[in-house]
Amino acid sequence: MRHLLSTADLSRAQAIRVLDVAEDMADVATREVRKLPTLRGTTVVNLFYEDSTRTRISFEAAAKRLSADVINFAAKGSSVSKGESLKDTAQTLAAMGADGIVLRHPASGAPRVLADSGWVDAGVVNAGDGTHEHPTQALLDAFTMRRRVHGAGSRGRDLDGLRVLVVGDVLHSRVARSNAWLLRTLGATVTVVAPPTLLPVDVSRLGVDVRYDLDEAVAEVRPDVVMMLRIQQERMHEAAFPNPREYARLWGLGAERFRRLPPHTLVMHPGPMNRGLEIGDLAADSPRSTVREQVANGVSVRMAVLYLVLAGDREDPS
Amino acid sequence: MTDTSYLVRGAETVDGTRTDLLLRDGLVVEAGTGLSAAGATVVDADGLLVLPGLVDLHTHLREPGGEGSETVLTGSRAAAAGGFTAVHAMANSSPVADTAGVVEQVQALGERAGYVEVRPVGAVSQGLAGTHLSEIGAMARSRAAVRVFSDDGSCVADPLLMRRALEYVKGFGGVLAQHAQEPRLTLGAQMHEGALSAELGLAGWPAVAEEAIIARDVLLAHHVGARLHVCHVSTAGSVEVLRWARSRGVEVTAEVTPHHLLLTEDLVASYDSRYKVNPPLRRQEDVDALRAALADGTIDVVATDHAPHTSEAKCCEWDAAANGMVGLESALPVVQATMVDTGLLDWADVARVLSTTPARIGRVAGQGGPVAVGAPAELTLYDRTVTRTFSTDDLAGRSTNSPYLGRELPGRVVATFHEGRATVLDGSVVDAEEVARGAAARAAARAVAR
Repeated sequence: MRHLLSTADLSRAQAIRVLDVAEDMADVATREVRKLPTLRGTTVVNLFYEDSTRTRISFEAAAKRLSADVINFAAKGSSVSKGESLKDTAQTLAAMGADGIVLRHPASGAPRVLADSGWVDAGVVNAGDGTHEHPTQALLDAFTMRRRVHGAGSRGRDLDGLRVLVVGDVLHSRVARSNAWLLRTLGATVTVVAPPTLLPVDVSRLGVDVRYDLDEAVAEVRPDVVMMLRIQQERMHEAAFPNPREYARLWGLGAERFRRLPPHTLVMHPGPMNRGLEIGDLAADSPRSTVREQVANGVSVRMAVLYLVLAGDREDPS
Repeated sequence: MTDTSYLVRGAETVDGTRTDLLLRDGLVVEAGTGLSAAGATVVDADGLLVLPGLVDLHTHLREPGGEGSETVLTGSRAAAAGGFTAVHAMANSSPVADTAGVVEQVQALGERAGYVEVRPVGAVSQGLAGTHLSEIGAMARSRAAVRVFSDDGSCVADPLLMRRALEYVKGFGGVLAQHAQEPRLTLGAQMHEGALSAELGLAGWPAVAEEAIIARDVLLAHHVGARLHVCHVSTAGSVEVLRWARSRGVEVTAEVTPHHLLLTEDLVASYDSRYKVNPPLRRQEDVDALRAALADGTIDVVATDHAPHTSEAKCCEWDAAANGMVGLESALPVVQATMVDTGLLDWADVARVLSTTPARIGRVAGQGGPVAVGAPAELTLYDRTVTRTFSTDDLAGRSTNSPYLGRELPGRVVATFHEGRATVLDGSVVDAEEVARGAAARAAARAVAR
């Protein structure tokens, strides 16, 4: 892979390859020395135009376990707020010899612009762009699902036939988009559930089924996985729903609704959770919740992505 | 300066007649075959089409305030290069063209540059803020004699202000040109709202935000008996609303931009901000509906919405990039590609939609043709037979934010004549000092005549 910008760019074989390499990386974490020399002498810059400590430290841990040199660059404001522009920052990083740039940016498409710009020669990994994509989150979600479903025999497998509900603010969620494309590529079926105010007017390019009623969706889809999305504060200011109480009642995974899930259904959340809003304690803390695994798997998956982008994996079809 | 005269030899008019044209003292003084050159500069127009000089109802010249991207002079050059002899300079400059002083300044800069007639557009509301009427009367009565009023860039959204503005402008024989964009429905909007905006994660600009304003405005205009002009119509739904309004006898005219006749939202998938424009590029269905509407007269004119921006304003991530594309130099080729080469319009129609009707809507005397003896020598010679890969060499303004760079386009403006003098000759824009000298000489002659 030259870059990782979108899960829509990944073929089934490529996606499985990332997940399989992530399994290898996860094995490393169980060893006494949890570090590989693979990216020694390679410089990875975490270029973050938005605060996201969780994603940044996950990438930082991943790069360090591969022995890369890591530079954290928290850009003060983007050119949107008339701070330092993406172009200037990118050229600065190019001058410093960055081999890989992990970019988090509030503008949709910024990683694509950076990759296509010629401002810098580095491999670009999208760590979340605006309301567009968050591909490594989707990869770690798929990795987590695959491990729960196939266990030790995960390598080489996809998610064929898995039924996934994605519940919440699909309109603004980069996690939802990246998951929609990746899960479909891996053979799963995705149903999004949300009030229409939090759905795009036309979801035909997302390849998902749409439902408004969560209870009905649970009863009829019988999901293997329920993925709850975080509700951002600003959606309440935008009046996308009347108030948090009504949202929690109709689209939250509270105790009662959690008990009505099929017994095998996994509960996922990309974090950070709004407990009591989109998810209740019972669901969040249950053994069927993968929230903490998702965090741990995030490091393995990001190691795999950095390895494939920066170590020039020659067998990779891209 | 002596009077310059030209003999245009062997041009083809829009009705297919081959003719020579003798231009002198700012007029077409003779037409026919085998005219004597007698001291005139001969322009070989063999195989070239002669059109009345093009008139743009919608140009952003950026001066005063935005000289980094365009000035009246550089924008006039771009206009001449595109075959235009008159442009309407939109009011969203800084300061805003909402007083007689600003519109007179813009007009004076245009006269001094001399490439085209620059007709300032006056702001509808003070500072384009959409709350208080600007000094419409003062601008209409000024030396600039403003007849087109627009808050373009912003919509006159307040329905009461819109009603008052329509009524008030009517009293001065002007027209209100509305930028139809419901502001609340387009908060933070980045591209056409639909399946692709959902995929790209860009905030949507729904078609209904344009259509709802047009629907309201045609009803208001009808109610108060005023003229309404709708800027840059971009959706199939807007076309339906306009068709209905016309069937009811509403006095409404409408424009479409060249880019909305050719380009679709699919280009946004690259996040290349050259394709960021307001209203946004739409779907192929919209493009088809706009072409059909221009062909059947529901849409009256093509206007460029020439919107220059510096590379700094464009060379960045999509959300941060400015809206707009330059379009003067490419307008006629794009109209040829989308309307003539497709059989939807003939060249007489092109003269109508790019010259005669815009001149009529803007009340621009002495522009808009016809190409005839005694008429002002406002002419464009166009070679419709060539094809070229459009490049920055084809741009004559200060900015290069053209969506057509690297694209193949038909046709080429070979010469433009404004007030009887060449502003473009042999495909090249005439030197600015020479054009300015000519303009000064004409102004002096007019002063003597008075």
